[in-house]
Amino acid sequence: MRRFGAALLLLWLVVTITFALVRLAPGDPSALLVPPTASAADAARLRAELGLDRPLAMQYAHWMAGVLRGNLGESFATRRPVAGVLLDALPVSVGLGGTALIITFLIGVPLGIMQAARRGRFLDHALTTIATLVYAAPSYWLALALVAVFTYGAATWGLPPGLRLPAFGMQSPGVELHDAARLMDLARHAVLPLTILAAIGAAGVARYARTSVADVLSQEWVRTARAKGVSPRRVYLHHVLANILPAMVVLFALSLPGVIAGSIFVESVFAWPGMGRLMVSAISARDYPVVLGATIWYAALVIFANLGADLALPFLDPRRDV
Amino acid sequence: MGRIALTRVECVCLAALVLLALLTIIVPLLARRDPLAIGDVLSLRLVPPFATDSRGDFHLLGTDRFGRDLFVRMMLAGRLSLAVGVIGSIAAAAVGTLVGAIAAWQGGITDGMSMAIADALLAIPRLVLLLVCAALWQPGLTTVVVVLIATGWMGVARLVRGEVLGVRAQPYVDAATALGARPRRVLLRHALPNALGPAIVATTLGVGNAILLESGLSFLGLGIQPPQPSWGNMIAGGRDLIVAAPWVAIAPGVALIATVLACTLLGDSLRDRLAGESGATLRDRA
Repeated sequence: MRRFGAALLLLWLVVTITFALVRLAPGDPSALLVPPTASAADAARLRAELGLDRPLAMQYAHWMAGVLRGNLGESFATRRPVAGVLLDALPVSVGLGGTALIITFLIGVPLGIMQAARRGRFLDHALTTIATLVYAAPSYWLALALVAVFTYGAATWGLPPGLRLPAFGMQSPGVELHDAARLMDLARHAVLPLTILAAIGAAGVARYARTSVADVLSQEWVRTARAKGVSPRRVYLHHVLANILPAMVVLFALSLPGVIAGSIFVESVFAWPGMGRLMVSAISARDYPVVLGATIWYAALVIFANLGADLALPFLDPRRDV
Repeated sequence: MGRIALTRVECVCLAALVLLALLTIIVPLLARRDPLAIGDVLSLRLVPPFATDSRGDFHLLGTDRFGRDLFVRMMLAGRLSLAVGVIGSIAAAAVGTLVGAIAAWQGGITDGMSMAIADALLAIPRLVLLLVCAALWQPGLTTVVVVLIATGWMGVARLVRGEVLGVRAQPYVDAATALGARPRRVLLRHALPNALGPAIVATTLGVGNAILLESGLSFLGLGIQPPQPSWGNMIAGGRDLIVAAPWVAIAPGVALIATVLACTLLGDSLRDRLAGESGATLRDRA
């Protein structure tokens, strides 16, 4: 309960800071909010409509009250409620980011375990080098490289159709597909974005898994287990996995900001209509309500993921039964 | 801490970074043509790497769509990227150190308030925070640096606060106070120098991160604005040429990766030796 309160307090601070950020920006915010074609009278009317002519404290109260009711204002670009605009984009991002996160852990954790088991040997060094390289590369550049190879390159070199992958959007334009064919089409469009997000994520997760597994392996009870003849497979599946689980859950929550940042670039490059792309286009269009709304949603996601990890930890620690 | 002997990895990384810094200073000075000016586009554009253009000028990395030499532009961009990365992360670390030290030393409401703000800012993914700030202010060099500082001080502040709290409990701090040293002197002369190790490591790791973030902002068109080159906006410029002239996007990308790699390896190595795993945090990737 206390942790929940702290999370809410944090969220309130985030909302307050975003409000302050807009007010700290140079110039009159209404100058940014009013379309350049509007007349002076229109501008004044809009200012009144938006409450910008009222004292700061009242504006803050109004904004806060709106946020509490889930009302984040109206998008300037589309004149639709911000919450609705965000809700349209959310499934795309959750689908893309969530799938990427799952693949990330499915690849990253076994890689980390393999590295820890062969610490200091060739495989460990090779994987560490690859992970460090991938980690240093900007996602948008990797995305361009993949597009060059698998979209344009594949067509030029006459690669088999299975390796020719679409670079833009979620669906093939202009064709009506149903059921299985439609799913297949979506999957083909998802391959490149998912590869980028999962590769970068797995590089980070493997690094952490390697450290935590190495820690566990150096424990005395692992030595005991081995000494009494437990098979290596059982040592890893039973002893090691159970003991790195808490660390991995924390890492899951910690990797969210990275996934969000990655998906902002990946969605922009691959033209996926998710929250990341929405945010970037809203920034270019100076659509502030959408930008602030997305920021608050992102922050809420991170805060509650951390809270969830915090609350789950006591239940995951294998020492709880001892 | 005394003198630090550098390991081989650290020497190589430092040497690479220094070499790059020297190149970024020297190469644009030696350029025969203004790397920003657009000349005879039709005859000079998209010359491939290691080729000579119609005027007989050699281009190590070829030219871009406006016929400007990519190598010179890349080095010019490197000036900005390196400067932004180094200044941004050092200044952010300085602000973080100050806030963290004051918070730990003052305690009470100062501590509570500053750490609450730090936590709230940490809850917003750094790239999102950067995008919001870049959107609210005019995009450009100053904005990028200011925004990097504004979004980068929190981690160091938390680190330094923890270290100062730890140092504060040490007997030598009590001894200094008992000898009549004023609180400010105790903080500056005794507590801070002993709490700086992790902050230095975090700063080194932060340079690569800041360079990545700057390039990302510039790629999205919210950072350094053309014609001023930055690795990020150069990659963006090569985006639709990825088939016709892949070198335009590849060259700045390789420079970016090499730089970030050098910074990361240097930071990782320093962290392993100086700060233990406490300095380890998942960084916000670009």
